[in-house]
Amino acid sequence: MVSPAEDVKLRVVADRSKCMGAGMCALNAPEVFDQDEQEGLVVVLEPEPSAEHRYAVRDAVNLCPASALRFEKDEA
Amino acid sequence: MTLADQSTEVLAVPASRGACPFDPPPAYDQAREHNPVSRVQLFDGSSVWMLTRHQDIRTALQDHRLSADGTKPGFPFLSPGRRQLGTQSASFIRMDDPEHARLRRMLTSDFIIKRVESLRPQVTAIASDLLDTMTRGKNHADLVTEFAFPLPSLVICLLLGVPYEDHAYFQKQSHILLSAASSAEQVRVARDDLNDYIKNLAESKRDRDDEDIISRLIHRDELTPDEIATMGTLLLVAGHETTANMTSLSILTLLRNPDQLKRLREDPGLIRGAVEEMLRYLSIIHQGLARTAVEDLEIGGQRIRAGEGVLLMINAANRDHEAFPDADAVDVGRDARRHLAFGFGVHQCLGQPLARAELQIALDVLINGLPNLRLATPFEEIPFRDDMLVYGVHSLPIAW
Repeated sequence: MVSPAEDVKLRVVADRSKCMGAGMCALNAPEVFDQDEQEGLVVVLEPEPSAEHRYAVRDAVNLCPASALRFEKDEA
Repeated sequence: MTLADQSTEVLAVPASRGACPFDPPPAYDQAREHNPVSRVQLFDGSSVWMLTRHQDIRTALQDHRLSADGTKPGFPFLSPGRRQLGTQSASFIRMDDPEHARLRRMLTSDFIIKRVESLRPQVTAIASDLLDTMTRGKNHADLVTEFAFPLPSLVICLLLGVPYEDHAYFQKQSHILLSAASSAEQVRVARDDLNDYIKNLAESKRDRDDEDIISRLIHRDELTPDEIATMGTLLLVAGHETTANMTSLSILTLLRNPDQLKRLREDPGLIRGAVEEMLRYLSIIHQGLARTAVEDLEIGGQRIRAGEGVLLMINAANRDHEAFPDADAVDVGRDARRHLAFGFGVHQCLGQPLARAELQIALDVLINGLPNLRLATPFEEIPFRDDMLVYGVHSLPIAW
C-alpha cells in the first residue's frame, strides 16, 4: 500500500475497463472522483490530489471492489 | 461430543444458529479462528470449501479463477430451489466477465452516486408519508409490512416503471424465489411467472417514452425480451427484499442496543456511519456467496482445485476481529466501511448507493419521528427469517 505522505508526489490512475460502477470512489472521495452520466463509470477529477484529500483517495483505492484504481509515484 | 469427534466431523451448512439471532452460527466463528478454509457438507451430501476470514474472502472475490456461473461444475447450492434459481434464465450475477460486464454496464449509470443523491427528497417524502399512514390513529404496527417493505418497494417500482399496485403479486413470487423451503418446481413456476410479468410490462412500454429503467432497456434494442425480463426481475427482487430486511433488523438492533440508539438520536451526523455498521453487523446474506473454481488456486494456504465449490461466509468475515476490533459489538461510531455486506470484486452490489440512501433515510425518519419507539412483543417471540435467502424478520411488532 502506498503511504499517502504529503511530501511524495502521487498520481491517481483509474482503469475504466475494470470499473464496475459500484461508486465507492465517488462516495468516499467526491473531490477527486466522479462517475460519468452515460456509462456510470469512474472519472478522475483531480489526478494529482492535494494533501487534504490523500487519505480519502487511499480509502477509495482500498475500497474499490474491482481494483480499478491505483496510485502511481511521479518519477519527476 | 468429544474434541476428537469435532475435528473429524464435517460441518453441515447452513449450520445452526447460537443464542443470539444477530450472530453468525458459532461453528462459522470457530472455523474462522481455527480452520478458516474448511470442508463443509451441503444438503445433497456434496462437500465444498467454506471461507470465513475477511481477508481470504476479499481476495477470493477478486480472483477470476472463482466463477459466479451456476452452470459450471461444482457450483454449490444450498437447496434444490436455490439450484433452480441459479441456473434457470440466469441474470448477470450468475455470469462471469466479459458477458457479466456487458450486461451490468447497461445499468451502472442508473445507480451512480449523484443520481441517487438527487432521489433523496423523493425517498424522504415517501418515508414520511409511510410513517404518517402507519401512525395515524393508532399506537402500534408491524414495521415489516407497514414501512420496511413498502419503502424500498415503492422506490424500486418508481425506478423500474413497475406499478406499485402489483406489489402483493411480486412480493409473493419473490418470497417463493428466496425461500429455502421452495422446491425446484415452485421456484421454476414463480420465476417463469415473474419473467412473463416483466416481459409483458416491457412490451407495453415499447411505444411510450417513459424514463424508467425497463423503458430504457427496451428502447436500447440490444437485449432480447427474455434478457430484459431477467434483468428486471433481478432488480425488482434485489431492490426491495434486501433493504426491507436491513431496515427491520437495524431498528431491532438499535432497540436492543439503547445506548447506540441514544447516540444516533443525539448526533444525526452519525447516521451514515451507523448504516455501514448495521450492514457489517447484520450482513443479511447469511447463507454465504457461492463460487466454483475453474482453475486450481490457493487461498489462505489451502489448495482449491478446479471443479470444487466454495462458499464465502460474509457474515463470519464481517465479525472477523482482525478486520474489525471488538467485532461482535455494535458501535455506530466505528469506521465499518470495509464490510463485505455488499460483496466485493466485480459482482459487488450495483444498487448499493440506493440501498445506503434508503437505509439512512429510513432510520432517520423512524428513530427521530418516533421518540418512544419500542418493541411491542417479547424479543424471544420475534420470527427470524432463518428459512430465507435474505435474513431478517418476518414481522416486527412495534409501538410508540
